Amino acid sequence: MNIGIPKESYVGETRVAAIPKSVEQLKKFGFDVLVEAGAGESASFTDEQYDKAGAITASTADVWQSDIVYKINPPSKEEIVKMKEGATLVSMILPRQNEELIHRLNEKKINVLAMDMVPRISRAQSVDVLSSMANIGGYRAVMEASHAFGRFLNGQITAAGKVPPAKVFVIGAGVAGLAAIGTGRSLGAIVRAFDARSEVAEQIESMGGEFLRVDIDEDGATDSGYAKQMSEAFIEAEMSLIAEQAKEVDIIITTALIQGKPAPKLITKEMVDSMKPGSVIVDMAAQTGGNCAYTVPNELVVTESGVKIIGYTDLPGRMPGQASDMFATNLVNLTKLLCKEKDGNITIDFDDVILRNMAVARDGKITFPPPEISVSAAPVKKEENQPETETNLKEQPKKRTGWKYGFGIAAILLFGWIGQVSPPEFLSHFTVFFLAIVVGYYVIWKVTAALHTPLMSVSNAISGIIIVGALLQITSDILAVRILAFIGILIASINIFGGFMVTHRMLKMFRTDREV
Amino acid sequence: MGLSQGLLTVAYIIAGVLFILSLAGLSKQETAKNGNIYGMIGMVIAIVATVLSIDLDMEAWIYVVVAVMLGALIGVFSATKVQMTEMPQLIAALNSFVGLAAVLVGYNSFIKIYTHVPVRDVHLNIELIEVYIGVLIGAITFTGSIVAFGKLHGMIGSKLLSYPFKGAVNVILLVGSVILFYLFIVEATSLNALIYLVIMTVLALYLGWQMVMSIGGADMPVVISVLNSLSGWAAAAAGFLLSNDLLIITGALVGSSGWILSYVMCKGMNRSIVAVIAGGFGDQGANATSAGEQGEHREIKAEDVAEMLKQSSSVIITPGYGMAVAQAQYPIAEMTKKLRDQGVAVRFAIHPVAGRLPGHMNVLLAEANVPYDIVMEMDEINDDFPETDTVLVIGANDTVNPAAQDDPTGPIAGMPVLEVWKARNVVVMKRSMGVGYAGVQNPLFFKENTSMCFGDAKVTTEAILKSI
Repeated sequence: MNIGIPKESYVGETRVAAIPKSVEQLKKFGFDVLVEAGAGESASFTDEQYDKAGAITASTADVWQSDIVYKINPPSKEEIVKMKEGATLVSMILPRQNEELIHRLNEKKINVLAMDMVPRISRAQSVDVLSSMANIGGYRAVMEASHAFGRFLNGQITAAGKVPPAKVFVIGAGVAGLAAIGTGRSLGAIVRAFDARSEVAEQIESMGGEFLRVDIDEDGATDSGYAKQMSEAFIEAEMSLIAEQAKEVDIIITTALIQGKPAPKLITKEMVDSMKPGSVIVDMAAQTGGNCAYTVPNELVVTESGVKIIGYTDLPGRMPGQASDMFATNLVNLTKLLCKEKDGNITIDFDDVILRNMAVARDGKITFPPPEISVSAAPVKKEENQPETETNLKEQPKKRTGWKYGFGIAAILLFGWIGQVSPPEFLSHFTVFFLAIVVGYYVIWKVTAALHTPLMSVSNAISGIIIVGALLQITSDILAVRILAFIGILIASINIFGGFMVTHRMLKMFRTDREV
Repeated sequence: MGLSQGLLTVAYIIAGVLFILSLAGLSKQETAKNGNIYGMIGMVIAIVATVLSIDLDMEAWIYVVVAVMLGALIGVFSATKVQMTEMPQLIAALNSFVGLAAVLVGYNSFIKIYTHVPVRDVHLNIELIEVYIGVLIGAITFTGSIVAFGKLHGMIGSKLLSYPFKGAVNVILLVGSVILFYLFIVEATSLNALIYLVIMTVLALYLGWQMVMSIGGADMPVVISVLNSLSGWAAAAAGFLLSNDLLIITGALVGSSGWILSYVMCKGMNRSIVAVIAGGFGDQGANATSAGEQGEHREIKAEDVAEMLKQSSSVIITPGYGMAVAQAQYPIAEMTKKLRDQGVAVRFAIHPVAGRLPGHMNVLLAEANVPYDIVMEMDEINDDFPETDTVLVIGANDTVNPAAQDDPTGPIAGMPVLEVWKARNVVVMKRSMGVGYAGVQNPLFFKENTSMCFGDAKVTTEAILKSI
């Protein structure tokens, strides 16, 4: 099969879905790669470089006629018309907003995989373009801010006076936020960060940021790994925290998004006006309305008080080389999932949660929205977060429970039958037997892994209790029985003495520093 | 002489309670030593009470004393001589003894029943059932443990046994033992019953042999604890046979504890007990050997490893079976001590199924005087890798394989692993680039932050030690 890489038609789009290196990798899977002439131009990849990597430079029409099309943005109406029936399209789709687009693609029986629908599970990270784009965006946001700020970010003591380090406040510690924190830190700024999800505190601190807390006990984490909308009281506390910070910091970078909803307005006009002149706000949520009241998408606004608000929505696109590189690598990683045989053919396997989740349409059927999967990295909480992580597994346990019930009933019936026919002494032994099993269960359940070996050797020694059986039989008047009993006693004693001795030896070795 | 029945019961209850306390004590470091002592006391009480309750003639006394002394001698001798790395073998050997003893007790009981001219009634049937079950479990435990011993000791190759129609043979064996069971009970009063019992014993011996023969090295921790559990059930069966509650209690305790341990082990590998016993791992692994994109690995010299360790502020060491094989625990312990003296925070991360025995690594490290409070379980330490400067992987492979998380189709998919690759630097000590037990390539070796240090773990560690 062949893969087509068209030149992006969106105005201002600088990225491209394949770079020479990824072309080479795609070819290794057995695909032919058609790259539209000039596709990589704005990302500084020449047709010649693609050519060298083994790509075929092709016309627009040929590229769109490929079996598979890899691109960055959703296709336009005209582009869909150019596509081959039954082809496969991999790009950003934003299926929630673009229902019409999906229908149009589906009418042409095009299989669609949405790069923006990669589930947030650890295995899928290598495919997750939202993360890789956010990472670039976070970095670029700091760069843009620094560019507009007009001062050092790091603190310096020079002959020309002392320069305090800039204070950067990052709101929202997703991938973009964390990248911004790291970048800010490495430029020498003091970085503080806030996020509604308390679990990210550690991540913020690991990047060198300071996590600011709100004194309200509410966690914004959801099963999908994104933040949810918070209660009013929480938002109030959050706002006052931001208002306080606004007066103090030089740069604010906001990344707060709520999936499928307009971005929350976190920075009011009053807060902006309270900032020092020359301060900069980078609003990374500008596309969905912005976190700041002054934000105008794709523009740099300067307020009367001299605060600059940057609302660029193409932050990753401002680093076209890096962004194309990462997007292309994500696509190569996706190809690994699609083409396991490396034979140049793809299968959209719905048993793979990643592919299932990304698939928007397949074989003329719309498969969006996908069944829900729960993936949050948050610590498992109470009942709401059942350990079930992958939907396609859900059916199996049900079957098993059926078996379990079957076994349970059979066991009870068997037990009843035994009770019916056995003499009472036997039953009393039975009682003891079962109680002992239960005791064993509770006693052992909490054992630390470090003690597994000693536990086994001691239970080995204890099971040497079978010596009692042999002892009871040694009084027999049959010689054969006596001999067998003798051997029994002998080996059981080996067990008892050996087991206890060796346990003792091992336990003597376990010690802490204090006991040295 | 003769202890009254009442006193005997009291003694047995006390012994039973002591055994429970013993196992309970063993579940925590602080109480473990006491636990062992409780076990010993319980055992002494049980044996003394039993001996006193039966009328032993002179000859029997001699038998008992000689047998116990001899057993004690062998037991103590082997327990003091055994190397800590050979612990799995010892435990397997001890298991086989319990199995054999259960078989012997079963046969004895049958002979007794047979010679007392039995009257057919419910009691007889129950006794016969007990004999049969006791011998069956005992025999499986016996040969199973012997094979486990042989494999661990290197006397039997670790190659998996497989031949055509193995499944069918298993079914025939199973059906065969059920038919024999029926015949045995029906014809209990004739000599034929003994023949049936013997045939069944042979079948069971074969079953045990075959079961462990078809299980590979990395599954040994599970096998050992399953056998341990079986030996408990065998003892319990003997207890039913002799109407002896103490035997029943103890057997059930050991049986259920062994079963739980097996369960914990299996969870550590994300496999079911059934799958382990059926020996499915090997078959799958063979197909997947070539899986996955590979790449370049980087080599690093021991001196450079030493330098890297010295410059780190936090180090995690993850040992595996390779450490046990190379006997590298002593230089590792010494290295740990030196590094800690220099202010480097060194900890150990132990995967639940590292080694060939549950808790194997912990015992080895303890032997080499590594304090147990820096030896962590997987769950305790897995989140700390991202903040760790250097991870030293010593003779471990599958337990640190990122493919378990990244490759949903691989044979080890879903197995919990130590996430060493998240650390800043990873040094893998290994003899060669060979694949691990599961037969899967390990992408860890090709990661950018991973360096390989080839050679025998002990020699390499000693070289590092010199440079620190």
